[in-house]
Amino acid sequence: MKALSQKRRHPFAGVALLLLGLLITGGLYSAATTINEAQASENADAYSDPDNIEEGERLFVANCATCHGINAEGTDAGPSLIGVGAASVDFQVGTGRMPMQMQGPQAQQKPAQFNDEQTMQLAAYVASLGAGPAVPDDEYLDVDQGDPARGGELFRINCAMCHNAAAAGGALTEGKYAPSLHGVEPRHVYAAMTTGPQNMPVFSDANLVPEDKRDIIAFLQTYESQGTPGGFSLGFLGPVSEGLFIWTGGLALLIASMVWLTSRSS
Amino acid sequence: MSATKEKYTEEQYLEVDQYQPKTGGGRIANYVDTRVGGTSIVREFGRKVFPDHWTFMFGEVALYSFVILILSGTFLTFWFDPSMATTRYSGSYAPLQGLEMSTAYATALELSFDVRGGLFMRQLHHWAALLFVAAMSIHMLRVFFTGAFRKPRELNWVVGASLLILGLGAGFTGYSLPDEVLSGNGLRIIDGMLKALPVVGTYISFFLFGGEFPGSEVIPRLYVMHIMVLPAMILLLIAIHLFLVVTHKHTQYPGPGRTERNVVGYPVGPVYAAKAGGFFFIVFGILALISGTFQINALWNYGPYDPSPVQAGAQPDWYIGPFEGVLRLMPGYLGDFSLEWVIPTPWGGNSLAMPVLIPMIPVALIFLGMFVWPWIESWITKDTKERHLLDRPRNAPTRTAFGVAIVTNYMIMWGMGSNDLIATHFQLSLNDITYWSRVLFFLGPVIAYILTKRICLSLQRKDRETALHGDEAGVIQVSADGGFSEKHRRLDDYELWTLVSYDSPEPTPAQPNAKGKITLLEKFRARLNRAFYEDRVAPVSREEYLEALEHDHHEPEELPASGVGAIESRDH
Repeated sequence: MKALSQKRRHPFAGVALLLLGLLITGGLYSAATTINEAQASENADAYSDPDNIEEGERLFVANCATCHGINAEGTDAGPSLIGVGAASVDFQVGTGRMPMQMQGPQAQQKPAQFNDEQTMQLAAYVASLGAGPAVPDDEYLDVDQGDPARGGELFRINCAMCHNAAAAGGALTEGKYAPSLHGVEPRHVYAAMTTGPQNMPVFSDANLVPEDKRDIIAFLQTYESQGTPGGFSLGFLGPVSEGLFIWTGGLALLIASMVWLTSRSS
Repeated sequence: MSATKEKYTEEQYLEVDQYQPKTGGGRIANYVDTRVGGTSIVREFGRKVFPDHWTFMFGEVALYSFVILILSGTFLTFWFDPSMATTRYSGSYAPLQGLEMSTAYATALELSFDVRGGLFMRQLHHWAALLFVAAMSIHMLRVFFTGAFRKPRELNWVVGASLLILGLGAGFTGYSLPDEVLSGNGLRIIDGMLKALPVVGTYISFFLFGGEFPGSEVIPRLYVMHIMVLPAMILLLIAIHLFLVVTHKHTQYPGPGRTERNVVGYPVGPVYAAKAGGFFFIVFGILALISGTFQINALWNYGPYDPSPVQAGAQPDWYIGPFEGVLRLMPGYLGDFSLEWVIPTPWGGNSLAMPVLIPMIPVALIFLGMFVWPWIESWITKDTKERHLLDRPRNAPTRTAFGVAIVTNYMIMWGMGSNDLIATHFQLSLNDITYWSRVLFFLGPVIAYILTKRICLSLQRKDRETALHGDEAGVIQVSADGGFSEKHRRLDDYELWTLVSYDSPEPTPAQPNAKGKITLLEKFRARLNRAFYEDRVAPVSREEYLEALEHDHHEPEELPASGVGAIESRDH
């Protein structure tokens, strides 16, 4: 890092940066297209199985086509799903957000409507419509290989402004919100980063490489497994719930003792 | 004060010197007493009488919280190092290991995870701080709504208001010390407010932070304020506050046997000393229970301070909430009209950040109003008497209504400080909450004023009714001719006294001054005075009460319609 900061004023720094930028952009573009192919081939067994795709299409027509269109081309009620990838379906359907219960500011999480196999079949069908982010490899979900401290730093820089420092969730505009991440499965966290569901931005592999994503997941898992060292968490909401507690619970205890102290013994 | 001023003879003085206690304990006690003068101290303070009422104990809670703050804070200073020097964390909290952070944050983490009992003491310190300010606030509201700030206690009210401000300062400086992202965000807001001040803002900010924010100076400076300057000032003012309480003697609620010239209650020694001493341990116990079971300021979540991230749910401690809320409430634009003005100057332009400056006005006005209220009220009411008997809030309807209006205004600003959490937890739109709060900011106090005043007057009327006709006994009688009536239970004299013995002054018109001229200011005062007193429910007079007693003997005659003639209006 030191060498970099010393050389950043070099006359050719700008040129070098431009070249670097072009190289990265071009490289990523070609990489992205091949990665999808590569991942598609890795998961070939399940996600490219024609039987699964066919079964997925049947499920899609029966459950999703009303809003997303009979060929997933999208309608006024729902966006096109061509090119959203298997990860998107795995996240939206796997967390119960889709099929949507009702139109609102944001799709609510609810118990999943489809089992794992049906979700996979739906994902396989949607993935067959056009290239998109694939379901993450197990390698990137293995939190033992992640670095929670680094993940924590990435989380605070990239995620905490919406999801709260303790991943307890937070408000967005006009009724939208960033949900709590407590108890969310690693693959769904990963898929959310690659697909950017609802109002969430996409954290592509150019932004956070798969290892970074794994670090973030490792941080979330470590954070959750350690519990709350100081006692009940009061919802992980910081000073507001603490203030509310002292004004309600704390004062109730005190006032009860005051009334007791000043009451006559008779 | 009650000690009699007798003249002692020379022999009597010598007798004291020659007194020989018989027991070992007695000898020790006598040794100390002859050197410290304990007898006269106990005689002076031990006989102070304190009235018993639970609402009188909030001040005590604040005092005890402060003692706990000093005890726990001293413990924290043994480990906390308020340095902004960079270090690499190597403590036992895994998710932060290997990260660069300031020494302040690293030692705060060390206190939390690697010092035995450190986390408990940190939590105790923080919970005690929240309670300290909460107790002061409620104490202050009690004093306000019962009129205990009136003559001769105006100056003590100012001491109390200063204590509240110092409490806010002590709390905020403490909140900023651990140097994590949350407290850094708080300091950034302070920095923004300072920089919003025209012309001098930037200089003040650079002066405070020792350069551009965040600099490397501010934490040590805040630390000195937090552990030395502010506690010393608080301690001094507490001493003055308590000294004045002893001088004035305690106020008391109206009741039989209680007058402006006495205090009915228990003496300090032994009853109150035991009660108050015991209460200290109750407060300590409750705070310890909370600190042991409820996590507060989990600073390991926030990460080392870095000026770039702001986290969702970033709020100050509750007592700074209104400041945060009013900033969230303030629009940056009115329609297309930007509230940020640039004053053209020869050297470019000076930016006036009105969206930051304007919101400070209402908060500043509330705090300023708090300081001067005793004089405003006595100027309006022309009340120059000493007041040791408290008002029941309903018996001062205008003051109560005004107080509730201000509290409502404060609460709206306070609530807006957590508008994001209100949005997520009540499934509302953040934008709608903000828009409605902007309306309620102006409308809420007005509604609160009208409602409170009506409620107070109604309660007074109810008191009047009860005084004249007694409580409904719940016994229904059927008369010989088939009429139904309910028996009323007359109040006993003690109950009656509390309901009828209050002042209800009539408005005083504008008075000419020495030159015989009615000034504009005096006219204004008279208008305020009329607003203060024109709606009034007169206390039951002796004649009215005797007349009501007469009625009792003529039962089952019809009772007079309730409340009629009870309100005197200005065109009476």
